[in-house]
Amino acid sequence: MPQTTRSILSADLVSDEPELTIDDVCAACGLTREEIAGYVSEGLAPAQGPAVQWRFSRLTLIRLRRARRLERDLGLNPAGVALALDLMARIERLQRRLARYEQEI
Amino acid sequence: MQYKDYYAALGLTRDATQDDIKRAYRKLARTYHPDLNKEKGAEARFKEISEANEVLSDPEKRLAYDQLGKGHKPGEEFRPPPDWDAGYEFSGAPRQASPEEAAAFSEFFESLFGRARGGERAGRQDFHARGQDHHAKVLIDLEDAFTGAVRALQLRMPRLTPGGHVIAEQRTLNVTIPKGVRAGQLIRLKGQGAAGLDEAAAGDLYLEIEFASHRLYHVEGRDLYLNLPVAPWEAALGGKVKAPTPHGVVDVTIPANSAQGRKLRLKGRGLPASPPGDLYVVLHIVLPPAGDDKAKKLYRTMAAELAFNPRAGLGV
Repeated sequence: MPQTTRSILSADLVSDEPELTIDDVCAACGLTREEIAGYVSEGLAPAQGPAVQWRFSRLTLIRLRRARRLERDLGLNPAGVALALDLMARIERLQRRLARYEQEI
Repeated sequence: MQYKDYYAALGLTRDATQDDIKRAYRKLARTYHPDLNKEKGAEARFKEISEANEVLSDPEKRLAYDQLGKGHKPGEEFRPPPDWDAGYEFSGAPRQASPEEAAAFSEFFESLFGRARGGERAGRQDFHARGQDHHAKVLIDLEDAFTGAVRALQLRMPRLTPGGHVIAEQRTLNVTIPKGVRAGQLIRLKGQGAAGLDEAAAGDLYLEIEFASHRLYHVEGRDLYLNLPVAPWEAALGGKVKAPTPHGVVDVTIPANSAQGRKLRLKGRGLPASPPGDLYVVLHIVLPPAGDDKAKKLYRTMAAELAFNPRAGLGV
């Protein structure tokens, strides 16, 4: 694999505030408005009010991209993706706790 | 270029039905999907599986592959005969690659069916000339969030070559970690995503922060937890003991009659976010060993003088 090294880059903290519109999310994820509405109704992305007023955080966008990959590669429907992501988050939390207990022993 | 056995990749033989192929692919995909399986090698295996599925699940591509593959063994040197695909029409559009997918299909695949992903990616960029944003997870040390250190981060990123191929590229970026960053939070490196088309701006690179496990502390949001070993008399009588914090050593006042597991809060000593988190000191009572006569005598004195039954709660 080719290697490149660069000078020092400064990173800024990304706000947790929902600032992205539904069209921003469409462009970044390659999803249609209808698909995003489907994810919202499954609780995969928190949103309030009519669709034009929806605002999403950058973390939600990453979650939706992941949802789209799982849907496409595993042939899941939005409800199945929502379940898979919830279970994965739970496994991650439990693994962190387990690692902590193993460290204490 | 090496010949690839797509049937073997899915654990199938050549007489597999389309249903067999779908079932085998789905089962393997659930096991090796990089979003579900973080183990080393899972991603490479998943690529192999999806490439095999891309060909075998499409009856036209499968037929062409079957015709071509007669008499070839996996790993064998292979060149497709000229005009090998005459008479075959590949109508199925290649599946869309998400921006962060690092590598394209193998050279073998591309020589037979074209640059499915790379070509399509270039096409899609016509819609928005600005480069795609990329996303990756990085592991940093907890201390870096306290001081805001510069760290060299190793990343594997997809890159589009001028020829339209997508290659995985190892990049080392020296990044200033912003002070007070929390696990699960994103930091942005402007212009470090995919290059834009022509003069358009490059995309941004978003890094999701994760902390490496720490010898002393564990992190919950903004708060830190420290297990602090104390002697039985420190817990019983109270007093000042020293405790490490990421800001340096501090004196902690132990209240008298503290039980095992008691939590003491040091306000504002957690992650330096705004507002800053707290540091919780969890008392962990350690018994001195009854190694010599002097220690044994002290334990015997306690046994004789203290009316203490640790099993009173068990009714015995």
